[in-house]
Amino acid sequence: MGAPVAAPPAAAPSPGGSPAHHGKAAVEGSATWRLTDRIGLAICWALGLLFCAIAVAIVVYLLVQGLKFLKPSMLVTPASAGFTQSESGGFSDALFGTLIVAVMGISLALPIGVGIAVWLVEYGRPAGLARLTESTIEAIAGIPSIVLALFGTVIFSSTALGFLSRTSGGVVFGRSFFAASTMLSLVALPLIVASTREGLGSIPRHVREASYAVGKTKAATTRRILLPASRPQIATGAMLGLGRIIGDTAIIVVLLGATQNFAPVGGAFPFNYLRGAGTTLTNFVYEASPTGNLNQPQKAYAAAFVLLLLVLALNAAVDVVHRRARKVGTWSS
Amino acid sequence: MEESYPEEYGPRWPDRRVEQMLGVLVCAVLALLLAMIVTVLLKGWPSFAHNGLAWFGPGGNVDDQLNAIFLSGQPGAEYIYTFHAWPLIWSTILITGGAVTIALFSALFVAVFIVEFAPEWMSNILQPVVRFLASVPSVIYGLLGVLVLVPFIGNHLVSEPQKASVAGIISLSGYSLLAAVVVLTVMIAPLMVSIFSDGLRAVRPGWLEGSLALGVNRWRTTWKIAVRTARPAIVAGTVLAVARAIGEAVMLAMISGSVGFSPNPADGLIFVFEPSRPLAPTIVKNIDQLSSPPANATLFAIATVLLFSAAMLSLVGWATRRAMRKYGATA
Repeated sequence: MGAPVAAPPAAAPSPGGSPAHHGKAAVEGSATWRLTDRIGLAICWALGLLFCAIAVAIVVYLLVQGLKFLKPSMLVTPASAGFTQSESGGFSDALFGTLIVAVMGISLALPIGVGIAVWLVEYGRPAGLARLTESTIEAIAGIPSIVLALFGTVIFSSTALGFLSRTSGGVVFGRSFFAASTMLSLVALPLIVASTREGLGSIPRHVREASYAVGKTKAATTRRILLPASRPQIATGAMLGLGRIIGDTAIIVVLLGATQNFAPVGGAFPFNYLRGAGTTLTNFVYEASPTGNLNQPQKAYAAAFVLLLLVLALNAAVDVVHRRARKVGTWSS
Repeated sequence: MEESYPEEYGPRWPDRRVEQMLGVLVCAVLALLLAMIVTVLLKGWPSFAHNGLAWFGPGGNVDDQLNAIFLSGQPGAEYIYTFHAWPLIWSTILITGGAVTIALFSALFVAVFIVEFAPEWMSNILQPVVRFLASVPSVIYGLLGVLVLVPFIGNHLVSEPQKASVAGIISLSGYSLLAAVVVLTVMIAPLMVSIFSDGLRAVRPGWLEGSLALGVNRWRTTWKIAVRTARPAIVAGTVLAVARAIGEAVMLAMISGSVGFSPNPADGLIFVFEPSRPLAPTIVKNIDQLSSPPANATLFAIATVLLFSAAMLSLVGWATRRAMRKYGATA
């Protein structure tokens, strides 16, 4: 770690113009620093490289294991009972379950989150309620998802909501895609609210005033101008939320059931599946790991690899949105 | 439809109605959370009521107690509530404390590195890396922990004499405090880095330039001015990371060993190889027991403790940031 201690070459302000960051404009070498300071910089480099190494190790290891064990047939065959790992099918139900949960969770969280953010930024009266909402939304981010899951069992086992899950003899089962998605949308909510608020907050006042001046109401301004303008931030928030929904395991284990297959309940087509128990990739990985009930590590690797690909795709999408938003520019330019 | 709407009625979506609708939405979410706190507390109350403060104390084998509680839930039997959660609490403290301490140290250095010292290409690599590490699902960390780190610790780090020395009490197979702390650190450090670096970026350039103009070198300027100014962000990131660490259930259920045992630092260095089980994984592991009323109350009591610590954390973070605001710090 000795070599990289040399300071970066003085960065000339790049013509493309990412705003030249403070401190980087006038760079002094670290050669004149005291030894302790240079050791500190070396620690910086070491930890930075360690982070990169960990990320590379995770991706490469899962890539190798995933490619070794993942067969295309696993993506289309559901799990089944079997003695060996080659007999017990794939995880198509888990893959579809992840997609269902993601779509349902985000379609619940997005309108609510955007609505709360709009209220906070554009209306926000009475001020006390606004401050309470702000801190509550922040606090949701700190609530363990296992607690949300336990709360979900109480809500969805109540007889009033019995139509959302399997019911037998007056006892409500309380495990269904509806139950899991509803609680998962709470997990995504703080990210969407924070991101949308950031977007709305970055729009300068004069834009709103221009709209009011031509006779638009606040509501129309929000819908026609402010929300379209903050679309990149809303999209970012939605994708971050989606990542949390896809990656959550505790809520799935508690509220979707420990089966590895869809367990449709009576009813019209989409509802019989959504009311029934099911599984997702995270649940499958959990159960297929050596500490789970299935203990099929090879399949766990394969499913984890698919899950990682989904997460990487989401990350890439966030990057694309960011880059496109930056190209469009900001209000002040 | 557009034409048939008479102009003189005013706008179709008057501001007041929109404001009311959004207000109702906000109140509904707040009410849901209030309902959650009340429900969890009420459901867990019998367990607290029967044990009193001994709930938090040591005594007996937790796993045996949980089992007895579950079995007593059958119809006709007398409910048993006796539960002493200290091993679970102690394990939570050890694992969270260890991981947060290491993560705080390394995240601070990495955030400073990204914002101030890394060359352009390096920070362009590090930022996506941090974002990626923060978004890897916890179950993948758990899987890698179980299949890679745990066997490594069990086979290479723990020696045979060490295993023999505790044989009969606990088995040192690699499911350990060490594995849990390492994986949890990797999970929460990226979270801290991203919040810390946002805070460091928000420091006013003028303050740094002032320090640099006085001849203070860049390293000292960063630590004395930038890091100090960004303290509210550091508190916020740490609070979020601690909350995540306390609430992490699935990953820790996979690699902490899942034994209600309290590792004793007085045993010497061997205690980092000892298995345990924090509070949150206990809920996941015993989730099948919800149908038994006393077990149900016990699990909700554990959830109450988790919820209470999350709330306390938010409160402490808020109070700290408020106290720091008077120094003109932003975040």
